[in-house]
Amino acid sequence: MDKMSLLRDSIMGRRSLLKSLGAAAIGISFTGGLAACSKGGDKAAGGKEEPKLNFYNWDTYIGETTLDDFRGASGIDVNMSLFATNDELFAKLRAGNPGFDVIVPSNDFVERMVKAEMLMPLDHTKIPNFKNVGEAFKNVSYDPSRAYSMPYTWLTLGIGYRKSKVHAKPDSWKVLLDSDEYKGRIALLSEAGDLFRLAAKYKGHSVNGVTKEMMPELEAMLKKQKANVKAFHEDNGQDLLLSGEVDLVLEYNGDIAQIMKEDPDIDFVIPKEGSQFNSDNLAIPKGAPHPENAHAFINYLLDAEAGKKISETILYPTPNEAAKALMPAEYKNNPVIFPPADVLAKCEYAAYNPELQPLYEEAFTRIRAD
Amino acid sequence: MTGAGGQSWRTQKRVFATIATGPILWLLLFFIIPLAVLWAYSFGRNVGLTEIEISGTFANYAKAIEPLYLQIFGKSIAVAGLTTFICLIVGFPVALAITFATPKWKPWLLLGIMLPFWTNLLIRTYALMAVLRTEGYANQSLGWLWQLSSNARVVLGLQPLDAFEPLHLLYNNFAVVLGLVYVHLPFMVLPLYAALDRLDRSLIEASLDLGAGHFRTLLTIVAPLAAPGIISGVVITFVPALGAYLTPDLLGGTDSQMIANVIERQFKRANDWPFGSALSFMLMYATFIMIAWQAQRERKLMRTGIGPDVGARA
Repeated sequence: MDKMSLLRDSIMGRRSLLKSLGAAAIGISFTGGLAACSKGGDKAAGGKEEPKLNFYNWDTYIGETTLDDFRGASGIDVNMSLFATNDELFAKLRAGNPGFDVIVPSNDFVERMVKAEMLMPLDHTKIPNFKNVGEAFKNVSYDPSRAYSMPYTWLTLGIGYRKSKVHAKPDSWKVLLDSDEYKGRIALLSEAGDLFRLAAKYKGHSVNGVTKEMMPELEAMLKKQKANVKAFHEDNGQDLLLSGEVDLVLEYNGDIAQIMKEDPDIDFVIPKEGSQFNSDNLAIPKGAPHPENAHAFINYLLDAEAGKKISETILYPTPNEAAKALMPAEYKNNPVIFPPADVLAKCEYAAYNPELQPLYEEAFTRIRAD
Repeated sequence: MTGAGGQSWRTQKRVFATIATGPILWLLLFFIIPLAVLWAYSFGRNVGLTEIEISGTFANYAKAIEPLYLQIFGKSIAVAGLTTFICLIVGFPVALAITFATPKWKPWLLLGIMLPFWTNLLIRTYALMAVLRTEGYANQSLGWLWQLSSNARVVLGLQPLDAFEPLHLLYNNFAVVLGLVYVHLPFMVLPLYAALDRLDRSLIEASLDLGAGHFRTLLTIVAPLAAPGIISGVVITFVPALGAYLTPDLLGGTDSQMIANVIERQFKRANDWPFGSALSFMLMYATFIMIAWQAQRERKLMRTGIGPDVGARA
């Protein structure tokens, strides 16, 4: 067994269930809302910052030695805490930064946090490794000219499926969202926004082209489809697929790529209508006690060698071209991790839409109560 | 509460104050104040993404009593009620068995009831998923038995059975109720045991001596005497089952959401804390009503002489 597959067997996606529900089991965290009195202010007197950094990251979302390597290179001690969902991250920082220096929000949350004035603008002169980032990620709709965030990973939604259980390649959202062909063998992601946006994509609209007027039609379609769906999963679709609980699942490519190593009967397809991108980003929240160190750390994570070590562990698609070049062919040329360009051309980032978000949630509550 | 103890508390005010300050402060700081903040939020509205304006509006409560949410409340109450009922039916014989077990066995049986508390709820729920899933232990065992009986039919010269169709045990309301019963059963057994253990055995003997059967003795003597325990058990099972959130999330199907799941989504995905707070308080009011009902029942039972201290009086 070569090194890559050994690594692969020992990892789990950052969106894997145990973690997200581990946090959920503890309950809604009120630390952000009610106990934010202790806004981290342990900045050393004088100009130079103490050699410390508080990193708020997803679980299993960093290279095995990255933090130690960074300490070796810079002398800065990184203290990493973990969150399980963007909502948890947002809720923690909502009433003020409790002392984090670097956080890893997804694209729509970068947008949301910029709107809520929760992020600090980045000083690009302190992040020379930005040159390693692929052209497609240098100027993105959710953060024009990367004023507030640096790309860390990206991923795209699609259909993970068991090859032996489908009649044909399920290359349309129809099989998941508008058909009883695979009745009782489907699991959908329990994210109201994603479901409605993909339903719109299926109907030929942009993921950002959903309007209030379209909502009833989409809701009716999903309500009807519910009878054919076995479960709404909490981003553990890969587990459901791997255990044979369902045969088709709405999931992210990175998560399915991981289980394809364990089970050759599993494959992943991005439907022909196109899909939705997600990207996780490095950002510095306002009120960060060590902004200098934070810039140095972000710069380090965008380094080619450091980026390679991260990708080796987490196996998500990397936007870091220099790091990708150092990766073995089975990662670089994996069509699930890096889908072909013509497929990607039909994928879009979902913009944060404050008017529609509550409507999505309420409609989803109605669908589930139906 | 015994009379002598009450007297000394009343006279030793300073001692009482010293001991009580800690817990009262704790309660104030970590329960009353956070709850008050939530309560205030429930009369507020979102301003932008992170600000909540406490405007004194009742809009959140108006939304909370829309048919959609009332229906979810209703469903949650039904699921919690069914869970409580099954716990009572299953838990009563268990509590009775422990009560009448020999002193040598009693601690072991009680330990068996309490043992699951030492394992995290999440782990237990995952274990249950491993049992219930399509290719889980339950279906594997059933499939094996099915194969066995099919083989037996062949030996007897009959047609073999059709291939085994795995049962759908997971991701439906059945799994939610099963999971809730599994988790809450100890909450029912322990207060029942406490009540039954205190029960004056001579009353049972008298009932049997005077010609009542075992079943009738159980219904007319044991059950009324254990009523305070039953009520405590019902409340202590029903209240957490009503607020269950992890179990429906993990074991439930597409229509298994309970009110706590909706509340969770308001605080996280929907980012609508005011409405989430209003829903939480609706749940809390329901709980308060439950507890008030229990307290009243208990007082009534005490008045009629079948209280928890009936043993002491006898």
